[in-house]
Amino acid sequence: MLDLRQYASLGAALKDALERWPNETCLIEADRDREKVRLTYSDFKEMAHPLCRALEDADFKTGDRAAIIMTNQSKWLISAYSILFCGGVLVPLDYKLTAAEHLQLLAHSKSRFLVVEYYLWRAITQSSGFAKLKVEIVLVTEAPAGEELHGAYRWEEFKRKGDPQFVARQREDTACIVYSSGTGGRPKGCVLTHDSYLEQCASLTAWYPFWPGVRYLSILPTNHAIDFMVGFIGPFVCGACVVHLRTLRPEFVRDAFVRYRITYVSLVPMVLKNLERGLRAKFDELKPRERWMLDRLIGLNKMLTRGRPRVELSRRLLPQVHKAFGGELRALIVGGAFTDPSTLQFFYDLGIPVTCGYGLTEACTAVTLNDLKPFRADTVGKPLPGTEVRVLNPDGDGIGEVAVRSRAVMSHYLDDPEQTAQTIVEGWLLTGDLGRFDADGRGHLQLFGRKKNMIVTEGGKNIYPEDIEAVFDGLPVKEYCVFAANYLWPQKTLGNEMLMLVVRLEQNQQFDERLREEIVARNRRLPDFKRVGGYLVWEKDFPRTASLKIKRGELAEEIGVGAARAGVVGI
Amino acid sequence: MPATDHILDQILDLAATHFKVPREKLCADDDFFKTLGIDSLQALDLLTRLEHHFRIELPDYELQGVSDFRTLANRIQARL
Repeated sequence: MLDLRQYASLGAALKDALERWPNETCLIEADRDREKVRLTYSDFKEMAHPLCRALEDADFKTGDRAAIIMTNQSKWLISAYSILFCGGVLVPLDYKLTAAEHLQLLAHSKSRFLVVEYYLWRAITQSSGFAKLKVEIVLVTEAPAGEELHGAYRWEEFKRKGDPQFVARQREDTACIVYSSGTGGRPKGCVLTHDSYLEQCASLTAWYPFWPGVRYLSILPTNHAIDFMVGFIGPFVCGACVVHLRTLRPEFVRDAFVRYRITYVSLVPMVLKNLERGLRAKFDELKPRERWMLDRLIGLNKMLTRGRPRVELSRRLLPQVHKAFGGELRALIVGGAFTDPSTLQFFYDLGIPVTCGYGLTEACTAVTLNDLKPFRADTVGKPLPGTEVRVLNPDGDGIGEVAVRSRAVMSHYLDDPEQTAQTIVEGWLLTGDLGRFDADGRGHLQLFGRKKNMIVTEGGKNIYPEDIEAVFDGLPVKEYCVFAANYLWPQKTLGNEMLMLVVRLEQNQQFDERLREEIVARNRRLPDFKRVGGYLVWEKDFPRTASLKIKRGELAEEIGVGAARAGVVGI
Repeated sequence: MPATDHILDQILDLAATHFKVPREKLCADDDFFKTLGIDSLQALDLLTRLEHHFRIELPDYELQGVSDFRTLANRIQARL
């Protein structure tokens, strides 16, 4: 791989990568079982440079912010590379947000440029906030012929001839602004520097190296911290290949493993569980004798890999299982949310090395990762090289808030010095997650819940109450508030996370069926992963500040003491 | 073009069969994640079955923001 110490910016490292491995395949894009794009590094450069030239002609300036809203595809990486080449700041946005949320974040980030997939642009232009959009140049991908583009350019036509001028940046300059939460309340735009990314990349590849010929399957969204690093930067600076799938349909994901002989893939727990479910269903279909034999072989593999993965041996013992994953898989990397240890163990017992890690956008990508020496299903691994982790104010069980210090940690939250000051204290990032180092002294971190009032879904999404409270505006009650249930009743465990609505009724008001239906109806306006799981009727007025803001901390304490989780009514 | 109610019935039938949920428990405006007990990946599985049944192709994004059978039926009808 490239020696990243010599580079001042992501753009510089990526530019050299294109020169270093011109004939290696860098990118494959498949839509279901149809391969749409296959590029070498040289091809990639030929596609990116005309875009870079066109950006120059459009007066793209050093430090300009350019947002990307797209599903995973080759154009995502080509656009991102071009923005970095031209000295810009990338603002990768989650394509699953609503149009209103996209508009809010585009405004918050003050993006001048936007690269967006057609169906998402269509939704934005149909949104009531569209008239206020201040983005100057919009490039729309895959827009059907003849469609009204509302002033946007077609990405495929936005190119100019000639050699673009590379714009050098320094390590301390901003590379990306990545939003770590939704849009309710205060958007948290993590400002990450070139140094953050280059350091993080060096750390991760020290434990999980890439090289030419390695194929990474990109199914997590590339705007996500994990995939941006492990599905773009990491592979590219090592001459490896990224395989993009335009669909998450399980049958095509399974097919991709085999078709492209995948080496690495990052997953969130939901996807891993889905794979487990599929495998278990296949195992259940085996004839009794075959099943008996399989179970014996799994047992033997488990015994022989207790100390470390032995992939070649596992492939010989369980060839059918490994063939189903393409026969060359070296690791499944899992993160983004709580992972059931039994699921991790299931895959490891099959000889598929699965490594669970912990990270947060504020720390670029990953803080800790299992190095599989040996495999641990009960921890989120050890601090990556160059990363310090401390547990602050531990209780009697050794559990306290996890704090992180490393060059990968963000510089600050965009335009929010107050939130920054609360989050980065004396150089330490306060994660809001609760953990402890395990008792055996090997430096593994275990997590036990959150100090913060938020949840993380199985799909790896951070959901804060502020993200969703607005949907209950106008609810016919005296007052209401949304909390993470674990915030009110800490369980010292991850998993079983739920948001809940706390309501205070008017005097003499009864909680009747009509009110319940109103709550349910409003809840359903939210995407499924953002919905509250239940409600609680609270008998006292909410404590408020002089300016009438709810004192959430105080209210949370009162409810935590005065009510029980069992009292939450499910919806 | 088939009426949406007819499409709806077919969707409910398919969903009930595939996810082994009693057909009579499913209604057009139900949150299918909840009533079928599925996550978003399993919802994509349902989408694939609907594609085969109606002989159309539905990109994953057609499911974005959709959580009830009726809206799904409308999306399918638009592509017939």
